[in-house]
Amino acid sequence: MSKLLLVGVDCSECSERALKYAANRAGSSKAQLVVVHVIDWSPFSFNTPQENAERHKRRETELDRAHKEIVDPLVSELREQGLFARGVIRHGHPAETLSAVADEFGATNIIIGKTGSSRIKTQLFGSVANTLVQVSNLPVTVVP
Amino acid sequence: MQKIYPGRKLALGFVLLLTSLPSLASDGIDDRINQALKPFADSVSSVVFSSFPVAGVQVPFVLVWLIFAAILFTFYFRFINFRAFRHGFELVRGDYSDPLAAGEVTHFQALATALSGTVGLGNIAGVAVAVSLGGPGATFWMILAGLLGMSSKFVECTLGVKYRNEYTDGTVSGGPMYYLSKGLAERSDRLKMLGKVLAVLFAIFCVGGSFGGGNMFQANQSFMQLVSVTGGESSWLADKGWLFGIIVAALVGLVVIGGIQGIARVTSKIVPLMAVVYVTAGLAIILLNISQVPAAIEAIISGAFSAEGISGGVVGVLFQGFKRAAFSNEAGIGSAAIAHSAVRTNRPVTEGFVALYEPFVDTVVVCTITALVIIITGSWNPSVDPSQGVALTSAAFESAISWFPWVLTVAVVLFAFSTMISWSYYGLKAWTYLFGESLITDVVYKLLFLFFIIVGSSMQLGSVIDFSDAMIFAMAFPNILGIYFLLPVVRKELDEYWADYKNGKLRKFGKAANRG
Repeated sequence: MSKLLLVGVDCSECSERALKYAANRAGSSKAQLVVVHVIDWSPFSFNTPQENAERHKRRETELDRAHKEIVDPLVSELREQGLFARGVIRHGHPAETLSAVADEFGATNIIIGKTGSSRIKTQLFGSVANTLVQVSNLPVTVVP
Repeated sequence: MQKIYPGRKLALGFVLLLTSLPSLASDGIDDRINQALKPFADSVSSVVFSSFPVAGVQVPFVLVWLIFAAILFTFYFRFINFRAFRHGFELVRGDYSDPLAAGEVTHFQALATALSGTVGLGNIAGVAVAVSLGGPGATFWMILAGLLGMSSKFVECTLGVKYRNEYTDGTVSGGPMYYLSKGLAERSDRLKMLGKVLAVLFAIFCVGGSFGGGNMFQANQSFMQLVSVTGGESSWLADKGWLFGIIVAALVGLVVIGGIQGIARVTSKIVPLMAVVYVTAGLAIILLNISQVPAAIEAIISGAFSAEGISGGVVGVLFQGFKRAAFSNEAGIGSAAIAHSAVRTNRPVTEGFVALYEPFVDTVVVCTITALVIIITGSWNPSVDPSQGVALTSAAFESAISWFPWVLTVAVVLFAFSTMISWSYYGLKAWTYLFGESLITDVVYKLLFLFFIIVGSSMQLGSVIDFSDAMIFAMAFPNILGIYFLLPVVRKELDEYWADYKNGKLRKFGKAANRG
């Protein structure tokens, strides 16, 4: 069975280490890569009527920007290294959505970078890595 | 498609109205604004509330119009208000939301936005007025009107989504203007003209309603509450309604003209919190006085059918309840269809199910809590001045929680603010339907809107309430008349969807699919 590694990316620079690690593993184990970026969004938020009316348009803009600035450059970088990589962009709760996409694509492992936020901040808001470890059905590798 | 904007001449009328106002630069500004607008407000409300006698009581035709429609819709759609209640909840919870459509407007968001436009002063001030004038029994009819109103909302919001406009730039806009004109045109050529006329009438009243109940009433009542907590008559603020108006107008202006969506966004997050605080406080007072609840319920039920000492007897009580319920949840008025139509779905009827929750939360839950607090704390008193509105509710809460009027003041001001933001949007949509979308029409409307905030803060309650009631209720005439022609359309949508739902043809997603 071929391996599929899912890499969660936040922004181009801050995900460099996770991506490098994933690329190395994919190279040595002949695994495929899925680069996933999640745009933080909740279906239960409170909006103004104006925001709702423009939501569809804004969503397109958000997806477009995420493709151009985050996912597409990373995917083409991986492809240049001779790896098989695809990009996926979704809206949702970051950890839960990463886990859901991993299940959807049949990934064997999830790889994400540590954001390195302060202890207080993590205490207050939690971190994507922590939550992901809790919700994921798969092994999660957190790259420091 | 060539758009026709039939209302340009109306702009002239509004300008004339404004120039008839006296200069703002002298003492007694409040009085002068009040006097300039009072004759206009009075004549508008006497037309809308033209009534006929039933059993010796003057019954406003518009209320019969609303109730008749709500009852008819309830039967025509075979008690959809109860039948689809559970499914509506599943939709709000997101059981049927495709994860691939994440990031679009969800059912929950559309409902929450519509609710923040309706939950507000109607639930606080309106209920106090109903209980004052109609006695505890008015609560019974208010709840009944809320339950029936759910069917009206169902129809409106289904149509709102079905006939909305989706523009090439990805924005959407919907509401009665669109379903009246597009929907009736679809039925037959003969109805096309009628649809156009109804749509224009609706848009005119909607603009008026956005200045009245969606604006002046809000500004007025929140100012009254602010005066009352800061010392009533002797308050420094007592004769400074215009100043309060200018401040609120400046804040609203920052949002709607300055595009400072941040303020609106912050408000839209705080308002649900305030609603929770209000409901919690109300429930706390009810629980603390749990021994009096049976008596209160008895007063509500017995008062509903035997109204001694209430003007108009049982019919009078009934109409107080129905009137305030309609004013609070706006079912049949058409306004909420504008907010609901932004949802992303390919089955319009789903938003209809979700919209059932609007009158339910607004009237059956929140208004009932207010009414119970007023009745239990004994703050209700037939001899109280009915124009006290929010002050009466404030006194009811104060008798149980002494510092609550301050919290209530914050809640009232925030509710008023968010209702104004919502209505400025509804009004603007109606306005641009009439006058076309351009920077100038846009700014003219918004400036008028801000101006009416100042007027509303300055006027006395009586004429403000009459005018705002009149304009909002007037929207129900073209809206419901048009809906009658569109009922088969909704029936078809409903039957097709309901068959799919019953046969398990609808796809559940995510956790819900695992659960079930």
